[in-house]
Amino acid sequence: MSARPIPWGFVILIGFGLVAPVLGIYPTFLMKCWCFALFACAFNLLLGYTGLLSFGHAAFLSAAAYTTGHAIKVWGLAPELGLLAGTVCAGVLGFVFGSLAIRRSGIYFAMITLALAQMLYFVWGQMSFTGGEDGLQGVPRGVLFGMLDLSDNTNLYYLVFAIFLAGFLLIYRVIHSPFGQVLQAIRENEPRAISLGYDVDRYKLLVFVLSAALSGLAGATKTVVFQLASLTDAHWHMSGEVVLMTLLGGLGTVFGPVVGAFVIIGLQNGLADKVGSWVQVIMGIIFVVCVLAFRRGIIGELGRFLRRPL
Amino acid sequence: MKKKLMITAIAGVLLGLAAGVPAQQAKLSGGLVKIGILTDLSGTYSDLSGQGSVIAARMAIEDFLKQEKNPFKVELVSADHQNKGDVASNKAREWFERDGVDMIGDLVTSSTALAVMPVAKEMNRVTIVNGAASTNITGKACTDLNVHYAYDTYALAIGTGRAVVKQGGDSWFFLTADYAFGHSLEKDTSDVVTAMGGKVLGSVRHPFPGTDFSSFLLKAQASGAKVIGLANAGTDTTNSIKQAAEFGITPKQSLAGLLMFITDVHSLSLKTAGGMYLTEGFYWDLNNETRAWSKRFFDQHKRMPTMVQAGVYSSTMHYLKAVKDAGTDEAKAVVKKMKDTPVNDFFAKNGSIREDGRLLHDFYLLQVKRPAESKGPWDYYHVRQVIPAADAAIPAAKSECPLLKK
Repeated sequence: MSARPIPWGFVILIGFGLVAPVLGIYPTFLMKCWCFALFACAFNLLLGYTGLLSFGHAAFLSAAAYTTGHAIKVWGLAPELGLLAGTVCAGVLGFVFGSLAIRRSGIYFAMITLALAQMLYFVWGQMSFTGGEDGLQGVPRGVLFGMLDLSDNTNLYYLVFAIFLAGFLLIYRVIHSPFGQVLQAIRENEPRAISLGYDVDRYKLLVFVLSAALSGLAGATKTVVFQLASLTDAHWHMSGEVVLMTLLGGLGTVFGPVVGAFVIIGLQNGLADKVGSWVQVIMGIIFVVCVLAFRRGIIGELGRFLRRPL
Repeated sequence: MKKKLMITAIAGVLLGLAAGVPAQQAKLSGGLVKIGILTDLSGTYSDLSGQGSVIAARMAIEDFLKQEKNPFKVELVSADHQNKGDVASNKAREWFERDGVDMIGDLVTSSTALAVMPVAKEMNRVTIVNGAASTNITGKACTDLNVHYAYDTYALAIGTGRAVVKQGGDSWFFLTADYAFGHSLEKDTSDVVTAMGGKVLGSVRHPFPGTDFSSFLLKAQASGAKVIGLANAGTDTTNSIKQAAEFGITPKQSLAGLLMFITDVHSLSLKTAGGMYLTEGFYWDLNNETRAWSKRFFDQHKRMPTMVQAGVYSSTMHYLKAVKDAGTDEAKAVVKKMKDTPVNDFFAKNGSIREDGRLLHDFYLLQVKRPAESKGPWDYYHVRQVIPAADAAIPAAKSECPLLKK
């Protein structure tokens, strides 16, 4: 685990990100993929590297989505400030949720996060500024730093990709820092980490807040792309979907969640017209096959084949 | 990840050249008019819109090309938005940007309609909402390129509320779905009930979506109100009606559905739903014209049309005629033409589209027949009253739409 992934992983990722819209892949679809890739990476930081299974990450995605939407649409903030507001809001929420949830571990941890996220779902459903189940629409894309017009798809695409890359590199850095090593120590053997003198709760809380804030950044970016925030973001399906993306791509791998997000979003988009709601069933089957046949996920299995951590 | 849309080629496309060049060539983007039906093809609302809406749109296009002798090419695409705003907005954007769709129709579920409207406005394309119910569509969120055609919650709730009080149902109790839509439905209706001199004895809120309504229904029963207003939708409504019948609440107290469709009655059966009041903007068995069209629709879909599906036909026809008369498919010109031309067909008589996009047309207060009164399948309603167009839409003075405040 301590060996660093081979650099060509980054070359492929960045190269693909830069040329994908030129290759004729529909940019809005790509932007959606990058947003979810960041979301899955943030989730993976918590589950894959610290061993904490949160089942309420939709809360952070939606909190940031609504905050950003409201900030840009109603308060008239510039998009960069809107994104910041959303991220900060998700981080604060992460602190609150995290402080409560890390007191327990395992299934209880998952249940507490799920319960808190469900509470938030119903709060969003009742509040007036979120538009309830109608959602918050018509968020203007605006002009970044007063000079980059985001209503142009190409500009927005590269902004989204830059945001993803920044989040991704931050996560990569965290994983390979001393802090990240402690997180992995906690994942492997919590009592031993405690006996070595680490204040495990503080580490857990910190990584929880970090994961929540990055999920928030993903949600905030998604709002700017789609110009809307809706209850779909807050539903527990969303929390489940991010687990699926991470597992399918490869739990505890750097690139896995990115691949998982692209596969899941791609399938959803591609199949939506042909099979409608059966998409959910197909996702379920994929999940079962993944867990039974290749438990390390796509990238995890590839990494084993190449004998390198990816 | 190229998506293959379900593309339906229209028969008239091939005939276009053979029929000769029409007198006035319309200026069309991409050389044709492309209509997208964005609807729920697989979920809760697929019964009341779904495939039936696609069929209705196809019928409208075929009829238009036949009547007008192929003035231009028309193409139809459709997609499933799964009742999710983000999916709908994504698909709409793709249709506008990549596929050159000129108009998106149906849009069942308010969240999808409200998500697509700003995208259409930004790209200067037309939206015609038939399936969605929220009054926000022609209220706070109104755009000048949108038409809200078939119905909204105001028409249904206000129509039902007012008419039921007039029929003697002057004490009400609400069973309300506990979310913004339910709350606004309850508020709108109780305002009308009290304004008409009726009394609201109370209300109870059930979680959304709900499955067990027993305790809520018992409260409604204990209130002794003559009418129980169902401020909920979809399966919540049908489940609460079924359970009300099981508890023996109905026939003693009557139920008023504030958002119901003929397909709901069809799936509930007359035994359960008989006696209920509801309002719709269209019923297939109103007159010879509606019967004739509905029969043609039935032949293709094997179900009678809902007001949404009838609205899709009528609005698509109205749109295409406006494109022909305006001589262009540019959104502003077409919508202006649509607003200037009255709608006169089987769906609406002397219907007109207001500045905010609302089509003003008559609604009908209906009572569901009891099994003994029904003469056959789909013979479900007694028409109790015609609600004139003026009463069925939010008065312009009260509207929150800035377009009406000029």
